[in-house]
Amino acid sequence: MEILPILASLRKHRIPTVLIVLEIALTCAVLCNAVFMIGQRVSAIRLPNAIDEHSLSTVGLSGTDEKTAGSDIPRNLAALRGIPGVQAVGAISTLPLSHNNWGWSFGTSPDESIFNKKTVNFSLFFLGEGADKALGLRLLEGRFFNADDYADSSFGSAPLPETHVTLVTHSIAERMWPGQSALGKTYYTTSHYYTVVGVIADVLRPNIDGQGEASNYFSAFYPMSAEGSKGNLRRYVLRSAPGDRDRVMRAAEQKLIELNPNGVTKSAIYSDMRDQYFADMRSMAWMLVLVCVVMLAVTAFGIVGLTSFWVGQRRQQIGIRRAVGASRGHIMQYFQTENFLLSGAGVVLGVALAYGINLYLMRHYEITRLPWYYLPVSAIVLWGLGQLAVLGPALRAANVPPVVATRSA
Amino acid sequence: MFGYYLDLALRSLKRHKVLTLLMVLSLALGIGACITTTTVLRLLSGDPLPQKSGQLFYPQVDPNAKEGYIAGQTEPPATMTYVDAMFLLHAHRAKRQAAVALTSGKIAPQRANERPFYSDGVQTTADFFGLFDAPFEYGSGWTAADDEGGSQVIVIAGFLNQKLFGGANSVGKTIRMNDHDFRIVGVLKPWSPQPRFYALDLGGHDYGGDGDAMFLPLKTAMDLKMGPQDIECYNAVTDVDNLAAAPCMWLGVWAELPDQAAVADYRTFLANYAKQQVAQGRFSRDETALLDLMGWLRDQQVVPDDVRLQAGLAYGFLLICVLNTVGLLLAKCLRRSREIGVRRALGATRGAIFGQFMVEAGIVGLVGGVLGLCFAELGLFGIRHQPAEYASLAHLDLSMFLFTFVVAVMASLVAGLLPAWRACAVAPAPQLKAS
Repeated sequence: MEILPILASLRKHRIPTVLIVLEIALTCAVLCNAVFMIGQRVSAIRLPNAIDEHSLSTVGLSGTDEKTAGSDIPRNLAALRGIPGVQAVGAISTLPLSHNNWGWSFGTSPDESIFNKKTVNFSLFFLGEGADKALGLRLLEGRFFNADDYADSSFGSAPLPETHVTLVTHSIAERMWPGQSALGKTYYTTSHYYTVVGVIADVLRPNIDGQGEASNYFSAFYPMSAEGSKGNLRRYVLRSAPGDRDRVMRAAEQKLIELNPNGVTKSAIYSDMRDQYFADMRSMAWMLVLVCVVMLAVTAFGIVGLTSFWVGQRRQQIGIRRAVGASRGHIMQYFQTENFLLSGAGVVLGVALAYGINLYLMRHYEITRLPWYYLPVSAIVLWGLGQLAVLGPALRAANVPPVVATRSA
Repeated sequence: MFGYYLDLALRSLKRHKVLTLLMVLSLALGIGACITTTTVLRLLSGDPLPQKSGQLFYPQVDPNAKEGYIAGQTEPPATMTYVDAMFLLHAHRAKRQAAVALTSGKIAPQRANERPFYSDGVQTTADFFGLFDAPFEYGSGWTAADDEGGSQVIVIAGFLNQKLFGGANSVGKTIRMNDHDFRIVGVLKPWSPQPRFYALDLGGHDYGGDGDAMFLPLKTAMDLKMGPQDIECYNAVTDVDNLAAAPCMWLGVWAELPDQAAVADYRTFLANYAKQQVAQGRFSRDETALLDLMGWLRDQQVVPDDVRLQAGLAYGFLLICVLNTVGLLLAKCLRRSREIGVRRALGATRGAIFGQFMVEAGIVGLVGGVLGLCFAELGLFGIRHQPAEYASLAHLDLSMFLFTFVVAVMASLVAGLLPAWRACAVAPAPQLKAS
């Protein structure tokens, strides 16, 4: 295919050419960044979380007397265990993605203090006996807490549990002791220290920020006795078959209200809670998808409109070419190649613009660098879109009969 | 003349129905997206207290350790310790001041057979209501003496009064909160500043909701161990129940400073306090800040990133739509070269041709604007059904309604400019010759 005549013809239609190239460039730039943002959100929404997400329901109980927690919690647990379909129950302080965060910073040497730069912030989870099994935590190394660990742990006046054993996630182990086994290692903060007895698969924190960062998994678990919990074991988790969750949750809430007339309950199915956490992100992702689709449609119709106009304008030229021997295929090819060149120019400009926008967004928002493969992919998409949009007008051009050449325009 | 152009434009638009539809639709989509996101952005970055925001200031000091401190670059933390907050309050260097923390409390029902429930509350000091112009339906706030004595008094929101007492004047009545008796001293009218500026860094939501349900004296809440929603500690804590002395930050302090001189005085006072604390060894950083309300909202980036990104995206989208419309209008008008040639030959001036095409573009813009308004209403309807906390606020107001048409007509005239200019540059002779 000859490119030079196409270029010559485009030079005669400078303004429409520039317009269409600009439109494609802008679409490409916005598309790259929008798709990237969609991707970031989708990956956050799908972050793995090593608890038994689809079997859990939870009832929070607050407003009860902390002083009688030592007898209340075992009584409540026993009652919940009696609900048909319940496989395991436990009391816990908070859940992943529940927004209820208790954070503290720790270091690997005994003289660490909270303001030391080298310390790492963890989210603290306090487990009542049996909560590890109810949650379905997955042990990678070491052991879960035993009955003595639970019995020996309580809250004093410090905002940290009075115990010396802890379970940490794989991500904490990697961050604190890279390349070593975390088992038996100790982490410290002024006046408290905890020794790792087990490493578990990554569990998300109650609040996460950013995407794909290991710190989203900096969750540490501590045993907690019912009597020493000082009102911190407020959440009951129940494990059941996924189909039973709703019924189990209602029954559990009813039971807890009966047993604790002075308390206030709040129940949820865990997977709903997770959906709730990401609801904003999900709706933003859908909005971005909508904008991308509409934008591509607008661009495609723009190409159709402009090419149709060109085809109309050049009917006589096309007729002449057909009369002197050009086949339909040649005419089609002409418009397709023309569009290919226009899209190409637009895409090159668009890729540069996309990168520029990304740099701006990186400076002003929590957005990372656009991975390089977004650029060729969006280039191919726009090329494809251009070819698709030009197909109709090009077919119409190819159907111009040679006899047009003999008529005056 | 204008009537004639209008007639011509309508005829031309009718002749190319698909093209016209494409232009109007693409412009309307761009405008709809823009108006939707701009409405949300404007709502969220609005002034929650327009009559007073210029006089409200948020002092900050920094009790953190020296480590990690870079002079001039490290901003002081958003909240204060009890010790610092009380020092500022007791110094009385502002017209009014209040220390604020958020809390929640279990409220016992007034009638039998009802369940207790939790409500969001604010623990604060007596001047809170005057400071923020919170309007009272019945009664008033509590006194400084109540603050000092830790009286069990409470101000409740109108909606809580409705729920508990059916909206009757409940001043003097008692409610049971967290298993303690509180005497109601005031009932607020509906009051829910957006954003909830007084609690930006204290935990909880920034937008939406009916406002906080109850307000009680800070000291009372501390005596009853009603913990604040959010605590930041900067040192090892031995007794977390004794928040008055713990090295933890959890209070926001607000000061009303009526004029420039008062602001300058307060700034000096704050800086001197920080220097004195450094000299005493309690602080290691002497950085302070005193932002006004709107400055504080900006500093805290209260408008969610997603909302700003959406607005940027919508403007990019409008630009694409305008470019698209320019292209289509241009194609249309160049196709009518012969018609233009004839009109020119019959005596129409360049200005007349220009005018004719601008009228045509204007009509596209106006129709695009009306349709865009429908899209914007649809978009806002969509946003109201989003899970975001600001969802319920998304409504089109009069100024945005007018703004839509400004945007629409501007966009279409910009889009029409180039095609109209090209059209009036058409030389009549070659066009006539060709036919």
